Amino acid sequence: MAEITDLTLVEAAGALRAGELSSEELTRACLSRIQALDGQVHAFLHVADDLALEQARAADRRLAAWRKASAEPPSVLAGIPLAVKDVLCLQGAPATCGSRILEGFRPPYTATSVQRLLNAGAVTLGKTNTDEFAMGSSTENSAYGVTHNPWNLERVPGGSSGGSAAAVAARMCFAALGTDTGGSVRQPASFCGATGLKTSYGRVSRYGLIAYGSSLDSVGALARSAADLAPLFSQMAGHDPLDSTSVQDPVSPIELDGTGLSGLRLGVPREYFIEGLQPSVESAVRQAVARLEALGAVVREVSLPHTDLALPVYYLIAPAEASANLARYDGMRYGPRHGPGQYPEDFFITRGDLFGPEVKRRIMLGTYALSAGYYEAYYGQAQKVRTLIKSDFEAAFDQVDLIACPVAPTTAFAIGQHGDDPLAMYLEDVFTLPANLAGIPGISLPVGFDSGGLPIGMQLMAPHLGEDRLFRAAHAYQQVTAWHTEVPPL
Amino acid sequence: MALNIETVRRIARLARLRLTPEEEQRYASQLSAVLDYAARLQQVDTSGISPTASVLGLQAPLRPDAPRASPPRDQILANAPQPEGGMFRVPRVLEGEP
Repeated sequence: MAEITDLTLVEAAGALRAGELSSEELTRACLSRIQALDGQVHAFLHVADDLALEQARAADRRLAAWRKASAEPPSVLAGIPLAVKDVLCLQGAPATCGSRILEGFRPPYTATSVQRLLNAGAVTLGKTNTDEFAMGSSTENSAYGVTHNPWNLERVPGGSSGGSAAAVAARMCFAALGTDTGGSVRQPASFCGATGLKTSYGRVSRYGLIAYGSSLDSVGALARSAADLAPLFSQMAGHDPLDSTSVQDPVSPIELDGTGLSGLRLGVPREYFIEGLQPSVESAVRQAVARLEALGAVVREVSLPHTDLALPVYYLIAPAEASANLARYDGMRYGPRHGPGQYPEDFFITRGDLFGPEVKRRIMLGTYALSAGYYEAYYGQAQKVRTLIKSDFEAAFDQVDLIACPVAPTTAFAIGQHGDDPLAMYLEDVFTLPANLAGIPGISLPVGFDSGGLPIGMQLMAPHLGEDRLFRAAHAYQQVTAWHTEVPPL
Repeated sequence: MALNIETVRRIARLARLRLTPEEEQRYASQLSAVLDYAARLQQVDTSGISPTASVLGLQAPLRPDAPRASPPRDQILANAPQPEGGMFRVPRVLEGEP
């Protein structure tokens, strides 16, 4: 065996059950790799060594008890070290959201998504870097420094779950949690060569996810393959009484039997192959579609005519929701307080000093879109056009089972490339925003590299609660390709 | 449409954000660019289209009105910038003698 951290999640789980490895060994291997590489990558904001080792030893006791008594079989996730994006609460570790306004905040509770993984015996290595409050597409908006793409340290890892994507790509963990409000799991997965799942709206509880855009936020995960992601999804999905928007529908079982895709109807939306799409991205995605066709999928072109409106709709609705959600940060009950100790000056000064530029920009934009006289023209109209975008998908999914398209127009761009041009940065999200507006799931999987050696991702989208279809197609593709097994040259 | 400085200041007041003069200038031009881009939504005919506030449709699920444990007070106050006597110390919001 080479490095322990080269094992896939599924292989590591097998080794744990067989007693060939302990969770403590796995966890120490991950912690060593973080220590060795994170000075260059900066994927983590907080490494929870003690907590992780304590969880690992508990998992080892559980596995040993099972081996002795063969009682209740442990979850595949028992003893597996994972990373958690720093917008999800984990009791015992800080939660900053990449923001100075939450500096020092230690949540007194754990998010349901994280708790369900802990219940299965998973180990949490620490909290990963993110654009401040998940607002961004490069992780450059973190108040605690940028994360570097493991494939090329001069490039961004994507965002906002850039720390999680980089940690998975650099093999510092076996999988990581992310969140996706406008592409924040799928785009960094694409930029870092990971496999990233955005779940359907309402499929995974948002309790303990620090809110950004409440009608768009979803919890997802990143790993090295669809097969490694499947146990995380199955464990996290399902109704939670603590999130009234989490759906009651049963979770479709994920079956990865490796059979072909015979009869699967795959749609390729013409609106996603536009000017500005990097040619190597287009050719890799088209080749991947041909590969799915060779596996038995029936490919046809479909149309999602309102695609070009997703970006303006998103950048009115998400900031509007954010401006309301972020009103709670006033320096009174948690986080640092700035000001002379007077009302209302302390509110203005705390928020003005401690929110970063992009967060202030979105709060301003959202406040404007919701303000008297502009509400109907901006927010109201955006919500109506959102209906049209959602209807596009409903019509397309009458004809096809899955949609395949690029994740992002380009591969990972250079750190600093978009400078102080917010609109240029927003355009990075053009292919991922529609799924959030429609509430549907999507998966990003590696399908090649550009001439500079940067990973290229393909996105598959399914109807609401159709995650099982995403897994089936992504796994079938990964059974016959090896892009997802490539390792960055760190 | 171009946002003027007065509008930027009004919005910043509503959002409880103290901005520097440089930030006011920068946000005036950057927000104008984003709103110009968003202006294409005005061209879309949405007559007869209902707004989507949530993809799940309107729902108000009920739950039992039962008490459940909350985190201990010391854990909550451990995060407070100015805890005092088991409470949050905050700036005075009402006029008059204490």
